[in-house]
Amino acid sequence: MAELSKNDEQQDATPNVSEVEVVDAHSETEAVAAIEAPVERGEPILQVRNLQKHFPLTQGILFKRQIGAVKAVDGVSFDLHQGETLGIVGESGCGKSTVAKLLMNLERPTAGEIFYKGQDITKLSGRALKAVRRNIQMVFQDPYTSLNPRMTVGDIIGEPFDIHPEVAPKGDRRRKVQELLDVVGLNPEYINRYPHQFSGGQRQRIGIARGLALNPEIIICDEPVSALDVSVQAQVINLMEKLQDEFNLSYIFIAHDLSIVRHISDRVGVMYLGKMAEIGTDTQIYDHPTHPYTQALLSAVPVPDPDAREHRERIILTGDVPSPANPPSGCRFRTRCWKAQDKCAEEVPLLAVPERFQGSDTPAAHESACHFAEEKDVVHAA
Amino acid sequence: MTVIEETSVPSPRDGGADGGPLLEVRDLHVEFKTREGLVKAVNGVNYSVSAGETLAVLGESGSGKSVTAQAVMGILDMPPARIPQGEILFRGQDMLKMSAEERRRIRGQRIAMIFQDALSSLNPVLSVGYQLGEMFRVHQGMSKKDAKAKAIELMDRVKIPAAAARVNDYPHQFSGGMRQRIMIAMALALEPDLIIADEPTTALDVTVQAQVMELLAELQREYNMGLILITHDLGVVADVADKIAVMYAGRIVERAPVHQLYKRPAHPYTRGLLDSIPRLDHKGQELYAIKGLPPNLLRMPSGCAFNPRCPKAQDICREEIPALVPVTEQDGSELVGRASACHFWKETIHG
Amino acid sequence: MPDVTKTDVKDAVAEAAETPAAAPATPAKSEKARSLWGDAWADLRRSWIFIVSSLLILFLLTITFFPGWFTSTDPILGDLSKHYLQKPKLGEIGSADWLGYDQQGRSVYARVIYGTRASVAVGFGTTIVVTLAGGLVGMIAGYFGGVVDSILSRLTDVFFGIPFLLGTMVALNSFEHRTTWVVIGALGFFGWTQIARVMRGAVITTKQADYVQAAKALGASTPRIMFRHILPNSLAPVIVVATISLGVYIGAEATLSYLGLGLSGVSWGNDISDGGNQIRVAQWIMLYPSIMLSITVLAFIMLGEAVRNALDPKMR
Repeated sequence: MAELSKNDEQQDATPNVSEVEVVDAHSETEAVAAIEAPVERGEPILQVRNLQKHFPLTQGILFKRQIGAVKAVDGVSFDLHQGETLGIVGESGCGKSTVAKLLMNLERPTAGEIFYKGQDITKLSGRALKAVRRNIQMVFQDPYTSLNPRMTVGDIIGEPFDIHPEVAPKGDRRRKVQELLDVVGLNPEYINRYPHQFSGGQRQRIGIARGLALNPEIIICDEPVSALDVSVQAQVINLMEKLQDEFNLSYIFIAHDLSIVRHISDRVGVMYLGKMAEIGTDTQIYDHPTHPYTQALLSAVPVPDPDAREHRERIILTGDVPSPANPPSGCRFRTRCWKAQDKCAEEVPLLAVPERFQGSDTPAAHESACHFAEEKDVVHAA
Repeated sequence: MTVIEETSVPSPRDGGADGGPLLEVRDLHVEFKTREGLVKAVNGVNYSVSAGETLAVLGESGSGKSVTAQAVMGILDMPPARIPQGEILFRGQDMLKMSAEERRRIRGQRIAMIFQDALSSLNPVLSVGYQLGEMFRVHQGMSKKDAKAKAIELMDRVKIPAAAARVNDYPHQFSGGMRQRIMIAMALALEPDLIIADEPTTALDVTVQAQVMELLAELQREYNMGLILITHDLGVVADVADKIAVMYAGRIVERAPVHQLYKRPAHPYTRGLLDSIPRLDHKGQELYAIKGLPPNLLRMPSGCAFNPRCPKAQDICREEIPALVPVTEQDGSELVGRASACHFWKETIHG
Repeated sequence: MPDVTKTDVKDAVAEAAETPAAAPATPAKSEKARSLWGDAWADLRRSWIFIVSSLLILFLLTITFFPGWFTSTDPILGDLSKHYLQKPKLGEIGSADWLGYDQQGRSVYARVIYGTRASVAVGFGTTIVVTLAGGLVGMIAGYFGGVVDSILSRLTDVFFGIPFLLGTMVALNSFEHRTTWVVIGALGFFGWTQIARVMRGAVITTKQADYVQAAKALGASTPRIMFRHILPNSLAPVIVVATISLGVYIGAEATLSYLGLGLSGVSWGNDISDGGNQIRVAQWIMLYPSIMLSITVLAFIMLGEAVRNALDPKMR
């Protein structure tokens, strides 16, 4: 239980929250009040600090004994500002989907805090948690499994109102559902149909309508368009951008498609094996990456321009992503990195503005977890 | 996809010296009988590949791109599928008229296929070395020992690290990228003339995708193989293809050499696709989105299948199915290898 | 890979099932809301297996509830003047003489008719008990997982390890007078494990679906998630197994009766047992209850098969 003691040290810079599990009525009311208070545009609405999730590996049938842990998320910190889109990219197994589940409170973190308007939502329960859930919603990856096949579209989009009856009075719900269908570009007359009567893109619109129903402030999108056809992806991306402006939403946009993430995000975080490798604005990450992993990732993306294939520099990484159950010591990327030195095996690089860029105002001066960070433009390289 | 049969190996490859295309598909139609009615998945597809050439077949789900490939491989389930008309010529011989035995001999030995999902294409209870060696034992009558040595050699060739040590491992012990390499090794085992790769990298991560595509291109050069790459990814296509066939609703709507297609599309669907993908190198404004949905194969719109989604659609598009016609320069000079199935291709490409 | 083909066709059909706004030519109004249950029902109605088996079952249920419509003869009344060696009068359909008499001079026809009630009652009763008990255990084990699942699954394994017929025989042997309820209880006590296992598997699969995660993310209560999301989506395999096992329990009841451990009263199994001794001289005593038994079991297994075809999502 080394993580827990680490957690105690971690409370310095962050707002302090009572550790008491059972929240009494008074502090719960306070929490609800804090959650319902508005946040200024541009202010941080969500602060994630040293988030960890370790899934225990167990052996035995009745009496389970832990033989290790998959460190899916291992110390991730970032802020989400009101009204912005934060993109999180990474390859499969990097922990980006686990981050989404943790932010949604669908999994309890092993350690770390998630502050929503100053309240650590990982420790909330009951009424306060329900109030948080109203404000943080999710859009799922697979439009074929994210809608209950035995419920009508009206019931699916109306379910949030059943669970939070205070949002819409009973007689008003049908009209509200039809409004939502209209907002996401579906015919309001489809209210009595079932999900299997729709195509993938239409289902994803239904999923978005469900996410919008409670008028949330944050929507977490876990690969929302990767299951869709190319010609439909653009429709859904445009819809999401339109809704963001209309409802003043903040997005966390998790995806593996770097082009789409650049298009929609204001800031981008790159994850590798449970850690954040680099984070910055879209220009900083895409045009001035300093972490070797980001550079390799960007250079590997196939660009829809056949002229580029002759003179584009490709950094082809060797090997596969190591197992998160047994990550490399020091820097996790060192086993595939062409710059790796002894230091990388010994010392975990911290996510910070690299020393050589500190104080300068070049776009390369953004947080990057590499001992040997240096700028290299791989996207425009000729 | 291990196709094993007890047939003698035909004469070694003649190196494609006969000059004609390796594979030619002519006016192929495929339909499926379903409860809801007849689904016309492929409606008159023509394409050809020569040795050493890469043809990319680009299309969305339901465009018929995979069904066409399965018809070529002869692995369609019939019924429900039916091929009412068309020819599939392999080195000038119509495979649809061959006996099942003759087709089997071509499949696996002369034409091999790589699938998207390597895990379900490999037998989970047999070691990788055994499955690779099986090709040699059965087709070439090698001894167990020789076959294993061959398997290690193949694994080396597709750059699986420590091949000799891993030859006895089982498919689930390999990562996704490594499994796809094993699939490639298996397809290569008998040095086929043509490889059909159906979304070979879709299930892989970007960095691994780049490795696998590079390997595939390298091996293709080395063996001078024909390659049909079936994908929906415009980026992958731009990276490896020589020529492209864009499919929509069971038809080829545009055909072009790779550089020309991206620079000057001659079909509104291709143009729409190219405009709708976000760029990596700059942020860009709102994306262009093709409106509407892919067509319903049971209730195909009259005329051009793309007309309900097309910004250029006129009355003629709703009445007449456009034929795939050669595309020419404004002054009438020929554009080699280009064709478009649009009534208004001139307007699309020239202005 | 035949799978690939199937998916493609399925995609094509899924696309076909919708009426995109972009295609004004398609009659948008003609398509009504179709629930999955509704689709399954539409499928069932078109299946001849379903039609045949449900007509048979309907017929059996009519006999069960209105035996008087079929015979006016008392099945227990032994008329010793009717000797069991007197051959059945196959021409006289529906008369007491139709299927002959047994050793004690009771009408085989009347006994076949009245025996239906016992079989059908045990079959339905046991299936209801087993589905409720097994379904509950499977649901709890699958939904809560962890220690609860470990304990309940081990318990299921223990019961599963007891040979079904042997267990019920031992249990029934301790009862002097075995009523329908006693037999149902014994069969149910040893029979719930199969449904529990099926239910647990279905619940675990459903639990991981994104729509369950979505409901949790909305703050839905546990009962809501269980009954609105998980249960309706886990029911299909349970219904199939329950339908087929209905026939199996009817067979089991007959087996127990044959061994002298079944119902104390009119039942096919008892008659088959009695008839077995006379098989060389009066085959009909055993033959007709056996035919009825086989038809009944077959009808339920056919129904189960038809329901499976209609509910199997892979067919969609």
